[in-house]
Amino acid sequence: MLLGVGKFEHLRLRSILRAAGVALVGAAIAMAMPQSGAPANAGSSLGQQTQPDAQISQNALRIVVLDPAHGGTDLGARGTGGLHESDIVLDFAGETRRALEQQGFQVLQTRQGNDNPSFDDRSAMANAQRGAVFVTLHIASTGIQGTARVYVNSDLPPVTNANGLIPWDRAQAPFLGLSRKFGDLVQGMLAQQFKGSPDTAQTSSVRQLRTTAVPAIAVEISSVTVSDRADLERMAVGVGEAIARGTMAFRPFYVAPGAPGALP
Amino acid sequence: MNGRWKFWLSGLLVFAVIAAVIYVPILRKRMKRAARLQQQSEEQARRELIQPVPMNPGDPRVKAKLFWLSDADNSVLAPVVVELPLSGDPVLRAKQVLNTLLAGPVDAELRTLPPDAVLLAFYILPDGTGIADFSEALATSIPSGIASEELAVDSMVRTLEANVPQVRRLKILIHGQEVETLAGHVDLTGTFEMNTATLVAPATPLTPQSGAVKLTQP
Repeated sequence: MLLGVGKFEHLRLRSILRAAGVALVGAAIAMAMPQSGAPANAGSSLGQQTQPDAQISQNALRIVVLDPAHGGTDLGARGTGGLHESDIVLDFAGETRRALEQQGFQVLQTRQGNDNPSFDDRSAMANAQRGAVFVTLHIASTGIQGTARVYVNSDLPPVTNANGLIPWDRAQAPFLGLSRKFGDLVQGMLAQQFKGSPDTAQTSSVRQLRTTAVPAIAVEISSVTVSDRADLERMAVGVGEAIARGTMAFRPFYVAPGAPGALP
Repeated sequence: MNGRWKFWLSGLLVFAVIAAVIYVPILRKRMKRAARLQQQSEEQARRELIQPVPMNPGDPRVKAKLFWLSDADNSVLAPVVVELPLSGDPVLRAKQVLNTLLAGPVDAELRTLPPDAVLLAFYILPDGTGIADFSEALATSIPSGIASEELAVDSMVRTLEANVPQVRRLKILIHGQEVETLAGHVDLTGTFEMNTATLVAPATPLTPQSGAVKLTQP
């Protein structure tokens, strides 16, 4: 069994669901990989002649999956003035989407309104894409006002399955290096924009990132405890532009799964 | 006679000034030290009053290292040394240090765990996995956010790391159940690894460093 969960009785159902997820992640990556033994540009049929250009464009970073965290009954961090993280992140997502689209990226959002997809549903949206990165947006309830931090997932045990499938539980593991690079670039842009922010990305065991099989970061803004909501809203444009610039800077480093030099 | 009186008076004044120049810095240093000692004894008295796990006075008093925030705005942990009578039994010892961590520092702004959270149980599996079971308040009262949740877990891991070398990794439960996240962000489905370097030399001063805890899946 791919998932060692023996000690906790109630984990059985979850392990079954996760095992199903293994197949999904594995299938997504297998589809992305070139056919074994057949170089991408060696075909003679009409379809294969057009494959190299199509593959180059498919292997490039084109899509950003934006995840406004929480939603629905999960309000996230709550400020003293009735501010809710789940509400404000939608504003931040809107500005970030606008900035990314100006840079030519296709943007997918895990939620548009006040609903609350599961962690796995949000990850699945990114895992189904080729040439994508994942950015989850959060507002903290602590920290120095007007600063922004980028997090990448803490180290995960290496994936050792010989069949090429990535366990859903550790989908982020092969992408940690790329996520770190992506995170550092975005954090650098945020540090220029918002004084007092760190210069490099931090690591944390962020649940949302663990099951995401693309370069993935969490951006957390401080904070919902502002006395005036406008102070926080004023940051949205700057945060969006910093994420868009950071994503552009990451583009040359991006390697699609299955492409030459890919990590997974 | 009058001139001699002025001479002695001037000499006395000069002597007083020299003595003041020498003595004032010493006095200032002593006052600072006294204030610090008073603060430490207040901390000790507070620990003894609110300690929910009874400490055996017969146990040797050791300098326990507890990790709270270094300052209210900074997202960095700093070690605070508190003298406690800690048990030699690793389970009791872990309960004692975690309860002291829950009690929080003198400055409430520097605490990493919510004041109403309670440690319900702690036990150690044969492989060195420490299981800490907390009341629901740990999840419901903690300020929501990646940074605050990470610091909460990190403070527990580092405190156990520094004081209970038998614990090699930490699993956190809420009211006896495994939960997906602490308060919507930090993953609690796995275990948090201790720094093995610290296991070898637990008394070594630790450098506060955020986000060094690694998550592994069970």
